[in-house]
Amino acid sequence: MRLGAALIASVLGTVGAACGNDGPSGAGATVTLVAYDSFPVEGTPINDALVSFTAETGIEVELLIAGDTGTMLSKAALTAGNPEGDVMWGVDNTFLSRAIEAEVFDPYAAAGLEDIPDELKALVPGGEATPVDFGDVCVNYDIGWFAERGLAPPSTLDDLVDPAYADLLVVENPATSSPGLAFLLATIDEYGPDGWQDYWRALAGNGVEVVDGWTQAYYERFSWSGGGPRPLVVSYGSSPPFEVLFADPPRDDSPTAVIESTCFRQVEFAGVLRGTDEPDAARRLVDFLVSDRFQRELPLNVFVFPANETTELAQEFVDFAVIPAAPRALDPDDIDANRSAWIDEWTELVLG
Amino acid sequence: MTGNRLPRWLVVVLAAGPAAGLAVFYVWPFVTVLSEALTGEAVGQTMRRRATWDVAWFTLWQAVVSTAVTIAAGMAPAYVVARYEFRGRTLLVGLLTAVFVLPTVVMGAAFLALLPDSLDRTVWAVIGAHVVFNLAVVVRLVGLAWEHLPTDMEAAAATLGASARQVFKEITLPLLRPAVTAAAAIVFLFTFTSFGVIRVLGAPGTRTIEVEVWRRATQLGDLGGAATLTVLQLAVLGGVVTWSAVAQRRHSRAIDQRPSTARRRAVGRAETRAVRVTAGLSAAVVIAPLLALVVRSFSTPTGWSAGAWANLGRTEVRPGLRIGIDPVDALWNSARIAAWATVVAVVVGALASLAIAAAGRSGRLLDVGLMLPIGTSAVTIGFGMLITFDTAPVDWRGEWWLVPVGHALIAVPFVVRSTLGVLRSVDPQLADAAATLGASPVRAWAETVVPALWRPLAVGAALAAAISLGEFGATSFLSRSGGETLPIAIERLLGRTGSLLQAQGSALAAILAAATILLVVVVERLQSPAPTRARRDRGRRPA
Repeated sequence: MRLGAALIASVLGTVGAACGNDGPSGAGATVTLVAYDSFPVEGTPINDALVSFTAETGIEVELLIAGDTGTMLSKAALTAGNPEGDVMWGVDNTFLSRAIEAEVFDPYAAAGLEDIPDELKALVPGGEATPVDFGDVCVNYDIGWFAERGLAPPSTLDDLVDPAYADLLVVENPATSSPGLAFLLATIDEYGPDGWQDYWRALAGNGVEVVDGWTQAYYERFSWSGGGPRPLVVSYGSSPPFEVLFADPPRDDSPTAVIESTCFRQVEFAGVLRGTDEPDAARRLVDFLVSDRFQRELPLNVFVFPANETTELAQEFVDFAVIPAAPRALDPDDIDANRSAWIDEWTELVLG
Repeated sequence: MTGNRLPRWLVVVLAAGPAAGLAVFYVWPFVTVLSEALTGEAVGQTMRRRATWDVAWFTLWQAVVSTAVTIAAGMAPAYVVARYEFRGRTLLVGLLTAVFVLPTVVMGAAFLALLPDSLDRTVWAVIGAHVVFNLAVVVRLVGLAWEHLPTDMEAAAATLGASARQVFKEITLPLLRPAVTAAAAIVFLFTFTSFGVIRVLGAPGTRTIEVEVWRRATQLGDLGGAATLTVLQLAVLGGVVTWSAVAQRRHSRAIDQRPSTARRRAVGRAETRAVRVTAGLSAAVVIAPLLALVVRSFSTPTGWSAGAWANLGRTEVRPGLRIGIDPVDALWNSARIAAWATVVAVVVGALASLAIAAAGRSGRLLDVGLMLPIGTSAVTIGFGMLITFDTAPVDWRGEWWLVPVGHALIAVPFVVRSTLGVLRSVDPQLADAAATLGASPVRAWAETVVPALWRPLAVGAALAAAISLGEFGATSFLSRSGGETLPIAIERLLGRTGSLLQAQGSALAAILAAATILLVVVVERLQSPAPTRARRDRGRRPA
């Protein structure tokens, strides 16, 4: 047990000085922040931000990585009322209804909610969770591939079924991949619940390739990063800036870009887990998660845009990232009610 | 089995620990999650769905084919490794083991790079990968049995005019049968529950029951459907494991064991060539994906670069930009967890093997029970632990040791498999002789049976450590932020955009492979033949 504690402490590396002063409510408590697996565990500026929260409030924060978003939510639903942690970060709009239905969260109106745009807050009318960030899933293209061939990259979903772009697109299976599901939802948004099937038939006829996960699509089949044959891939809106930031050797411009009209908006939420032992401290942490101190670290460390309107984006991100003016979206209740049926229908249609 | 006669009370004592561990960490969470999720409605819905039976059929046939091919492919290298001394022998064993333990997402990608395009994402790619990845199980388990087969029986048969083929069919094969059955059972368990290989190499939509359990439980939130499928999966595997336990017992024969010193150098050109070709071919099959891995760690979309390696220990890759994954920490964590998992697995596995060998018929229950965790979906057990160990005095959800315990659950059967065969073949006359000379039953057992344990335990320990080092499924369900292991760090790197991170993921995988190879080579060297023989001779002298 002692070894376990030492291990956790040494790895977290965030054993900031817990101040002993008489702080406001919650001081001296330890709260566990449950997050999905792309949340950085240690050593990044966002972890530093959490340390500064501890320094200010006397509340220690432990991170618990719970797997991909679906897994994290399934665990939370299973343990609702006796949760593994106190605050959960990162349920998105495709999973939100399930979280609310399973009564995973204790409703709470965070301090600082006024800095969050109304259209994001409208997604949680019951106030069960707080919108904390958003990002987009978009078709990305390999700029060099199209330039070499003197071919203009496609600019709409309709273009993707044009024979000029036959055999160029690779997508993820919506049954097993979150960007894959987002792209399916984008097509449902465009063509309607009765029209998307024809679109996908046409897409299949035009040689769309399906793989199971993002890693396979992006790193194996995509012409830029994987040396694969396909210059069009379903990925994130934040992929192009990261092609610059994490390039080896370093480079100044992005080799990839997104097709804005294909972008589907994913909004993520954080909330106090029902049954927490530390409700006060948990609420203060949620307040902190929407504050500028935390929000400004999101783009470079969690690869999403801050929900807080007052937060300014880092320069690297302004330079290479695109925030689509009119991203696609669907009602979370609709998504939850139809997800299983849509996926089954899609599977029958495209893979069947 | 007579060599393992023990007083009843001692058998009970030996079996108590393993049985209790299994009950607490496997049966209890499993039953809890089933009672929570398994409803008549869920069962009905799942059974009526046509996809369920398509998935079950695919799972079954690909596992049968994969197992058959793996066994066939593994026999020659098992023989060569067991019987011949040649340069690079331990390295070959290390290489095989490394391929077995590397995270499938990494090996799958490397494998994919080597496959001709026409085979990409077909069932043949899946089966090919299953064969390559599981070759080590056959080579180690069958090889171990082969090491202990008396060569003089074969020689005698040959002298009496039997052809090499007759000798193999009439003498060698029957004696090897328990080991082959054991290896086949394990390979079948692994391929039947295949997850990573299917997702990386299979055609999209290809699903084993294990993949479908994960998808239903985590992506669709259909826990009832997932629980139903878990039970279906376990029913099939329970049947197979029981059959294999029975078959192993029925076919094991007490024989005069030979220590591993029976290895010799190849004599003559034909024999030398045969050994070289076999060893060379098996090495090539496993070296190719490992090399592909190293190549990937140096390649970027714009050419070659050593950036991934140069930046390994550095957390800040650009000013102000940090990855948040510390590979050194992850390696250290993996090593620590593997050490604990190995200790637990070896102790539990040794106790269990002794009890199973001595208990005869009733030992079978424990034997089969210990195999079941491999055949149970990691998602289901992980979820079970979440809702079982959630209140005092068993509020263990956040305990670091749940991860090594989870690994040990998977590793114990390997220790048992490698030990049990050797235990059962201990010549009963040894114990009889010791008893005649006045030794108490326990003393006779301690003098004759226990010395035979060291070599198989060492092999079992190496496999256990390797399994823990490479384990991904259970870890991802149990691991807290404080225990990020190497495979998890690799997955995280490969799940993000940026050529540097991609190359670093491959570099870390290469390090994991190197660590595994080193581990196996060291274990092989440590228990060099000399002390083994000394111990054995001590046990044999009374005869």
